[in-house]
Amino acid sequence: MAGFLLRRLVNYVVLALVATFLAFTLASATFDPIGVLQQRNPPPPAASIEAKKRDLHLDQPIPQRFVTWMGGVVQGDFGRTITDRPITDELGRRVGVSLRLFLLGITIGILFGVLLGVVSAIRQYKFSDYFATLFSFVLLSTPVFVLGTLLKMGAQGINDSIGTNVLIFVGETTPGFQGNWFEHLGDRLQHLIVPTLAIALGQIAYYSRYQRSSMLDVLGSDFLRTAQAKGLTRRKALFKHGLRTALIPMATLFAFGFGLLVVGGTFTERIFGWFGMGDWLVTGISAQDTNITATVTLFVAVCVLFSGWLADVLYAALDPRIRVN
Amino acid sequence: MTTSELQFDTPADRVVEGPVLQVDDLHVSFPSEAGRVRAVRGLSYHVSPGEVLGIVGESGSGKSVSSLAVMGLLPNSARITGSIKFQGRELIGQSDTELSRIRGRRISMVFQDPLSALTPVYTVGDQIAEAILVHRKVSKSAAAKRAVELLDLVGIPNAAERAKAFPHEFSGGMRQRAVIAMAIANDPDLIIADEPTTALDVTVQAQVLQLLETAQEVTGAGIVIITHDLGVVAGFADRLMVMYAGRAVEKGKVDDIYQQPRMPYTLGLLGSIPRLDVSEKQALVPIKGNPPSLTDLPPGCPFAPRCPMVVDACHTAEPPLVDVDGSLEHAAACIRTNEIAAADGEGAEAAVEIFGAEVADEPEVAKIPREQREVVLELDQLVKEYPVNKGVVFKRRVGTVHAVAGISFDVREGETLGLVGESGCGKTTTLMEILGLQKPMGGEISVLGTNVSDVDNKRRFEIRRDMSVVFQDPMASLDPRLTINDCIAEPMQVHGYSKDEINRRVPELMRLVGLRPEQLSRYPGEFSGGQRQRIGIARALALEPKLVVLDEPVSALDVSIQAGVINLLEELKSKLGLAYLFVAHDLSVVRHIADRVAVMYLGKIIEIGEVDSVFEAPRHPYTQALLSAIPIPDPVKERQRERIILTGDLPSPANPPSGCRFRTRCFLHAQLPPEKQRQCIEVEPPREVQAPDHEAACHFAQIRQVL
Repeated sequence: MAGFLLRRLVNYVVLALVATFLAFTLASATFDPIGVLQQRNPPPPAASIEAKKRDLHLDQPIPQRFVTWMGGVVQGDFGRTITDRPITDELGRRVGVSLRLFLLGITIGILFGVLLGVVSAIRQYKFSDYFATLFSFVLLSTPVFVLGTLLKMGAQGINDSIGTNVLIFVGETTPGFQGNWFEHLGDRLQHLIVPTLAIALGQIAYYSRYQRSSMLDVLGSDFLRTAQAKGLTRRKALFKHGLRTALIPMATLFAFGFGLLVVGGTFTERIFGWFGMGDWLVTGISAQDTNITATVTLFVAVCVLFSGWLADVLYAALDPRIRVN
Repeated sequence: MTTSELQFDTPADRVVEGPVLQVDDLHVSFPSEAGRVRAVRGLSYHVSPGEVLGIVGESGSGKSVSSLAVMGLLPNSARITGSIKFQGRELIGQSDTELSRIRGRRISMVFQDPLSALTPVYTVGDQIAEAILVHRKVSKSAAAKRAVELLDLVGIPNAAERAKAFPHEFSGGMRQRAVIAMAIANDPDLIIADEPTTALDVTVQAQVLQLLETAQEVTGAGIVIITHDLGVVAGFADRLMVMYAGRAVEKGKVDDIYQQPRMPYTLGLLGSIPRLDVSEKQALVPIKGNPPSLTDLPPGCPFAPRCPMVVDACHTAEPPLVDVDGSLEHAAACIRTNEIAAADGEGAEAAVEIFGAEVADEPEVAKIPREQREVVLELDQLVKEYPVNKGVVFKRRVGTVHAVAGISFDVREGETLGLVGESGCGKTTTLMEILGLQKPMGGEISVLGTNVSDVDNKRRFEIRRDMSVVFQDPMASLDPRLTINDCIAEPMQVHGYSKDEINRRVPELMRLVGLRPEQLSRYPGEFSGGQRQRIGIARALALEPKLVVLDEPVSALDVSIQAGVINLLEELKSKLGLAYLFVAHDLSVVRHIADRVAVMYLGKIIEIGEVDSVFEAPRHPYTQALLSAIPIPDPVKERQRERIILTGDLPSPANPPSGCRFRTRCFLHAQLPPEKQRQCIEVEPPREVQAPDHEAACHFAQIRQVL
């Protein structure tokens, strides 16, 4: 099994390279950073434009530029932005911001999504099932920016009624905040609540639908009846034998949901003023910055491929039938 | 906690007082779109300690629903009324938590399909231990130890090791053993077995039935065994209850029911089973029509529409279950029991008399000696192997499955060859090779004298006209989006029949298989299983084939329906002079319909010949074991029979034993002196003539009567 997973990883390295190369080539071919520079008012002197061209290796063919950039990446250097700041430093900070935001949101989303799905399935066609269905469909059909704005309004309302700013929904921390580590933690939590809710709500809606149908498949199964015939109560049989089996098909969803969200949260990050990876991609493209775009793409590729790998591991952990000898 | 505290009680330790289970006036109904389905309507029965009660009925008769009601495992939508008393304690109305203390502890259950009865994600040992842990305060290790003891008791070899295996690593028979181990884990007072052997091969069925008897001996429990197969319960049950349309229509001691059935439905059931132990052509009783819908039953006897003895009075009121023949233990629900008692024959013979069943005529061509008839299909040393591959990107071959390892037989005009064997023996592969009409991997296939290896696609297409197939599952083998007319017409369209000819022929085919041409515009979903199989037969006959390949054509049908389809097949054979290649695992059906039989084991034919010769004087130990494993619906005979129980499961065809492939499970081999055993291990036995038209492949072939 370990060997199988290791081989998968090697395949993934190649795939990640291909994806990054394509993004790099596309960005290099379409971006015009010099044009942006020339449009500045007052126009920069010709000498500094030439220097910029040299810095960005614009005189070289694109594949060579990629090799040069990749050479740096292997050593942990992702190059510099157009504004001449090291990308590596910013990358670490931004990955941290994104992970903080999404890890919590997705974990809550998975936990409550599964729970809601199970309850819906067990109490099929009861009021709670209809309510959960309605809740899910409303959320799934609401764009993130509408949901984000609504949550902001709600948070403002709560703050107003309490009288203090308990829920802060701009940025990830209060600029210039003073205090010990505990107070810092509290400040960060205050910033975290509303955006996390924005992510978690959508995730709950999404996972609950899938969990409901996979649980319904298991509900009529013979082994659940066997478990009850042994003397387990219905509730215990449902959770120990039913849910455990119904989780197997969810493994892929969990893994890929995570991989895609970490980079797909552009809107959420922008709405709540979190400078994470999604925000960075938009910034990079509007600044016509090839290095940022390629770096974010590489990160996306790694996330997606890691998710695939994680799905394999989860499957093997959950389902003894597919464990490879 | 020591293990001794987890041992079984001896029967003497038990309080024997009154029945273990007493069911009175049980009603169960479910909501449905067509109205309430009254699945059980006023059922009363009891089970005494240590007694075996057989409940017999067809699908939809309410036999499973009534048992699930006892277990408290029906869905919440079910409405249950009446009384279910277990050891004097009322179960109806108890909460799930209260019932869960009884379930698995005092009453346990064995289900029909062992493949899906175990949770796929936990090990077998853990699942058995769980049954102990929910009821007793013992340590996990003590429960695990007990689970291994139980696995050993139910005959799983190497139990300590196998307890760590997951269900998918167990064969069907082994899984059913594990389920039985679970059922007896807490030394219950009542075991309910719901069709425990229906999904299993005959040899495994015999093992499981024997195991249930052992389970009853060690636990001293009362057993309710539910089945549709009157053979299974004949030797095992003490009393029998026959159910129809949610009610008991006859109950009594096993011998009384088999010898003096007093309700026409019981008679029909008995008469509809082909008998393994009857050599002369037996008339099978088909029960016409289908079981009634339980949503809106008309007044009167629910069996009246299908009953050959129906009189006007039958439609006025539903007959109550009353004692018959002056016996307090035998009761039947029929107003004409006295007339049935007056019939000349006993049991099945009375059924033939009352239902008026007939034996189909022999086809004209059968009068010509076999050797002079045309060979319709000939297989010569047919071989089919599958590679076993490993690796995802770079596949490499790590072994070979020898699915069919050189088999030869021929089928002649107007005759039926039955091909039998356990699942995994290569029956289906053989069929697929024949139907594929491609050049085989090894050996030769000839259809009507044409070797299929050296024909072009055009000729191959022409050969297909002479050969057709009827599949096992009548539900899956008809396209649900085509009308019956289109289903039957399709082969003719493909083969370029004119529109007029098709329009003339389709209604003709419908009448031929006993269906009304007015139903042609309907869809398969509107027909019952038996009717659909008739449609499948009509489709197979559309091109006037010479050979029809039948892949388990009646195994998915209820017994009363099965007889009708078998009769139809015999009638068609006689009328049209067809040849059948009949693949089945039910040897009783094969005995009834086949002229010759070929027994397969692990890709080889080990015995072949004229059907009476093979069944009455089987030479190969495997054939003897197969035949002895099949229960006969006759309690007296059944109790006297000695069973040959084969140990273990079929070896993997990827790694067959050397020499004789059967030697690993052979009882004869086990008794031989070492020098003779060596012959079995080293030399593959050739097929040798044992009697006229009877060959067997065994070094030490000898006749043994097992029926």
